[in-house]
Amino acid sequence: MAEEKSVPVDTRGSAEAGTTRAGDQRRRFLRRGAAFGGMAITGGVLSASAQAQTLKNAADELAVPAWSKQPGDDVLSKPYGLPSAFEKEVLRRSRGSVFPGAASSMTPLQDSFGIITPSGLHFERHHSGIPRIDPAQHRLAVHGLVSRPTIFTMDDLVRLPSATRIHFLECSGNTGSEWKAPTSKSVQLSHGLLSCSEWTGVPLAVVLDEVGLSKDAKWLLAEGADGAGMSRSIPIHKALDDALLVYAQNGERLRPEQGYPLRLFLPGYEGNTSIKWLRRIKIGAEPFQSREETSKYTDLLPDGTARQFSFIMEAKSVITYPAPDHTLRGAGFYEIKGLAWTGLGRIKRVEVSVDGGRNWREARLEGPVLDRALTRFVFPWKWDGSPAILQSRAIDNTGYVQPTRQELITARGLNSNYHFNAIQSWSVNPNGIITNVHA
Amino acid sequence: MALSQMFMRNFAPVFLLAFGIGSVHAQSYGIGHVVSEKDIAPWNIDVSADGSGLPAGKGSVTEGKRVYETTCIVCHGVNGQGKPADQLAGGQGTLKAASPVKTIGSFWPYATTVFDFVNRAMPYDRPKSLSANEVYAVTAYLLNLNGIVGAETVLDAKSLPQVRMPNRDGFVPDPRPDAAGIACHSNCK
Repeated sequence: MAEEKSVPVDTRGSAEAGTTRAGDQRRRFLRRGAAFGGMAITGGVLSASAQAQTLKNAADELAVPAWSKQPGDDVLSKPYGLPSAFEKEVLRRSRGSVFPGAASSMTPLQDSFGIITPSGLHFERHHSGIPRIDPAQHRLAVHGLVSRPTIFTMDDLVRLPSATRIHFLECSGNTGSEWKAPTSKSVQLSHGLLSCSEWTGVPLAVVLDEVGLSKDAKWLLAEGADGAGMSRSIPIHKALDDALLVYAQNGERLRPEQGYPLRLFLPGYEGNTSIKWLRRIKIGAEPFQSREETSKYTDLLPDGTARQFSFIMEAKSVITYPAPDHTLRGAGFYEIKGLAWTGLGRIKRVEVSVDGGRNWREARLEGPVLDRALTRFVFPWKWDGSPAILQSRAIDNTGYVQPTRQELITARGLNSNYHFNAIQSWSVNPNGIITNVHA
Repeated sequence: MALSQMFMRNFAPVFLLAFGIGSVHAQSYGIGHVVSEKDIAPWNIDVSADGSGLPAGKGSVTEGKRVYETTCIVCHGVNGQGKPADQLAGGQGTLKAASPVKTIGSFWPYATTVFDFVNRAMPYDRPKSLSANEVYAVTAYLLNLNGIVGAETVLDAKSLPQVRMPNRDGFVPDPRPDAAGIACHSNCK
């Protein structure tokens, strides 16, 4: 049935039991939704056919419900608020892993609105699980080629001048599953290593000024307090330009999954460089050649060489509605919605094709259009019920145009794993079922 | 406190920063606890490609085989063949193949990185639990499995940085943008 199709099916087999239960709940909810007149919950869109059914059953629908005939829950019934119980299917999901602490989970982009990712839905990628860190005991050591090796407490860092900015964060492996074949049956699994938050912290430049950089300072090593001691070398120019030492996200302290109590944040750079649970910054003259910048996070090319320090996440976009997570309920009007982003600056334009890339028209940017933040685009579409292939293409303010998969393969072959930012294709069949295809 | 002192304490640093004359010779805010490099030593665990950061100690291939077979083999398999965790040995000559096998021997550019990573992150369930001697030893064993050092090798802070890895020159800078698209608008295919 169409309702069954709405569940990201390739998740249910591999994810943990909690996710499977959520999938069951989602199916039940969708069936009930259909019974009550086909209110389309996917993407919050009431389709034309759903409206027609709703009107037919108006008398039943407008019976005064129980919740209108009694007081609801008390203030502070939930001292920390949670989403409605009816939104239980909106969850991070994982492909599963032999080492559950060294794995990733994806943001449910198919159920996202606007540009901010709720903190509890921000994607995860950990290399040795989520440490439980007491902020009173946490320290940041800054040393190496500096005048004054210094240890900062969290109170010290919060006392320093702060900055708040909205930025996306994307794993360099996001969409890497799609290099060789269209594998993901959900936009959550294909593109969900992507989130966007408001981040607050102290500019790293302020801290580096405090410790006094040597004139030989060219790179720094950022190191986490997690079991992996996750570590990456960062060019000093990036550290002085726009790097933040972040302690807050979306108006509250960082979530543990995002590095509580302190993380590095490097706007526009691949996610793993924004070291979480940051405990140490060492200034040096050369890169430190950690495992995460040699064995991993390097891009192997057909000639056997590998690109190193490929930091920037280039312009990319994806249609988040409709996606394989959704089913169209008959011909008629749909608003195609999606996200675009670039690690080089701002999104200038997004274009949409509904015929597999033959013809393109400009989408409307919903705004705000911020520097290295997710940008929401919308595109009105009247579906005639015939097969269609939906694509989006981002163009950023450097003039860079999001490439096709073939253009990426021509430049990099099939084994570079990371930085796959090709145009994504969703195929719509006459039954409204949407699948991931290479077109 | 005199008003002028208060001004200096509270506002002078802001002016210094604002006018770009924040000096490497003085703190702007006086926040944080200045220490010596020696104080940071317990956390100063990184090892660079030139060997700086390597601790005292040594380890042999033979001792490393013992460490590997008691500590590492459960995840990395017999002779570093992998599963469930990464394959650590073999794969040399496959980087141009359709299915490249990236191991310490075929891909890693620096032997020092093996020491650094094992020392900070391995074994997965007990990171930072091996002694310096054990890390030197298991590094020697892994290099021996890959045919990079002989069976009699003993590694220490002097000899490890001198090990030349087969893929030492296999890494190139990032040249992107290398694959930008074309903004065609009609009859594009």
